[in-house]
Amino acid sequence: MIETALTDLWYGFGVALEPHNVMWCFIGVLIGNMVGVLPGMGPLATISILLPLTFGIKPVGAILMLAGVFYGAQYGGAICSILLNLPCHPPHAVTCLDGFPLTKQGRGGAALGVTVIGSFIGASWGITEMIFLSPILVKVALEFGPTEICSLMLLGLLAGSTLARGSPLKGVAMTLVGLLIGIIGSDIDTGSPRFTFGIPNLYDGVEIVALALGLFGIAEFMKSVNQINVVETRYTKVRFADLKPTREELRRSWPAMFRGTLIGSLCSLIPGTGPTIASFIAYATEKKISKTPEKFGTGMIEGVASPEASTHSSVQGDFIPTMSLGIPGDAVMALILGALLIQGIIPGPQLIREHPDIFWGLVASFWIGNIMLVLLNVPMIGIWVKLLAIPYKYLYPSALFFACIGVYSANNDMFQVGETVVIGLAGYILLLLDFHPAPILLGFVLGPRFEENFRRAMLISRGDILVFLKHPISLAFISIAVLLIVMQIYLRLRQPKIIADERALDAAIDKTAPAEP
Amino acid sequence: MFAEQLKKRDFYAGGLILLIGAAVALNAYNYYNLGTLTQMGPGMFPFMLGIALTFVGLLILGTAVATAHDPSETILPEQREWRGWACILAGPVLFIILGQYLGMAAATFGCVFVSALGDRTATVKSSAILAVIVTFFGCLLFAFVLKLAFPIFKWGY
Repeated sequence: MIETALTDLWYGFGVALEPHNVMWCFIGVLIGNMVGVLPGMGPLATISILLPLTFGIKPVGAILMLAGVFYGAQYGGAICSILLNLPCHPPHAVTCLDGFPLTKQGRGGAALGVTVIGSFIGASWGITEMIFLSPILVKVALEFGPTEICSLMLLGLLAGSTLARGSPLKGVAMTLVGLLIGIIGSDIDTGSPRFTFGIPNLYDGVEIVALALGLFGIAEFMKSVNQINVVETRYTKVRFADLKPTREELRRSWPAMFRGTLIGSLCSLIPGTGPTIASFIAYATEKKISKTPEKFGTGMIEGVASPEASTHSSVQGDFIPTMSLGIPGDAVMALILGALLIQGIIPGPQLIREHPDIFWGLVASFWIGNIMLVLLNVPMIGIWVKLLAIPYKYLYPSALFFACIGVYSANNDMFQVGETVVIGLAGYILLLLDFHPAPILLGFVLGPRFEENFRRAMLISRGDILVFLKHPISLAFISIAVLLIVMQIYLRLRQPKIIADERALDAAIDKTAPAEP
Repeated sequence: MFAEQLKKRDFYAGGLILLIGAAVALNAYNYYNLGTLTQMGPGMFPFMLGIALTFVGLLILGTAVATAHDPSETILPEQREWRGWACILAGPVLFIILGQYLGMAAATFGCVFVSALGDRTATVKSSAILAVIVTFFGCLLFAFVLKLAFPIFKWGY
């Protein structure tokens, strides 16, 4: 088994190292990192804006570029957290706690250096997991009939919506809204238009780019306009030489990184437990086992190393169900799946066999991309630091233009720009009502396949809805889903400390905390 | 008693979801063929989603009614950025109109200029400068590098 995995990986490196693929990966990492650094631009907005640019590229290049954008933006978010105390991206919120004090002590460079090392280790472990777990998952999943696929999707949707940020009930509501938006367009079986409001432009369904840019572009800009203060750049003078941690700092970071990696990979195995929760658990663990827990929050290098490693190992783990089962864990993965769909590639267990170049190329490019990130960040840190100072008032109009022209370029259709505006306004109203729109995308991407499999399962079982409980594998998925709901209710009633902490920090992120020195 | 409910954010959140769910379910029931469970028609899946959404909406609404009202809770944010919101929405709308009739350059300028005015500290001059810069580089990138089928200048539909 190990031998086949290594052969496949070798093949993957062959694909990923083709010059044009290396180029797309590099462009993705570079732009992702650049945009991710900008205050107020998270990975979701970054990927949504860049998604239309990948339509003209071949599938392999497009997916490598998007993945590069994603982890580039992730890394950019860490820079933002450590140097500016701005938790632009939830998984890095916890890094602020010790990262920013380190910056104030003049050790911000070292914290960034440790982040580079930690995220590389975390990512490497996640990639290794992906290499060995995905083929096993695929082998199991290929045996699944429509009933099993349906239950699995139900579980995935439930996990994605209840464990996201905010109230689980509202998450479920958003997922259902996403499924509904997925219905708009022609019915797969009969071809009759559904919920198109009589508009012919909607017969092909809502465009994923319009949906993503409405929700994560326009709605976010409306939330952030005039809310993001001019950032404090007093501490951000980091030069190349500052990145090197001292021997003492490194000695303390190594074990923390490995613990973080382990926690992250465990979290990625539990459905729906994304990088944010992983980083919180990693930080809490470090604090608990430390000999000097009272010093956390004043600039402990372990408090940076462990959460960063856990985030990256968990993020890589999220790719496993996305690529091997076709079930995304969060909105970012849903966007990447959406990109595959646009390229005409149907995600699911058959993907590895039918498009080995995409799967193994992607796996190999993770390593190449992560090495690029390290190489890119070491000499270019000075430029990133300058980018941090770009005020939001110049940023969002430009981003808005990119959003408009991006949506237009998807199909050369102005109607879809209008779609984006309407979705953006609706998304902002949802934000005001304390809904987090990310699960909408999850439901939207999975919706059509969910309906198709549901119909097929019902057809085979002659309309017996209990069939989902009669097949053992399907029963197992349903049981886990029920368990998830029970756990949510339990957590609501008990409110353990870690959840309370997370909610408190969540509220802080929602206010888009201004940079206070 | 009832007036207090009207101040709760989740009252509206639950109500909105409830309304969407009910509307979809009724619409699916009335205008689309439901079929049977074995042979599902186009209306069945939306009908089921509508029912589920109605139920979730009821739960959110119920939780809102049952919990005490927190006086600090507001539905609109503390600072109401009517100008910012209007400008951000107007930008893309201008992009559509100007793009349809005058081409990419005008659309870009209009979109960036108007949306930039949404910031409180922005002036006409600063917004115009930003818009010119973005228009120049945007057209360069999209028309010449990415060769988008979108004329830079045109006149009429």
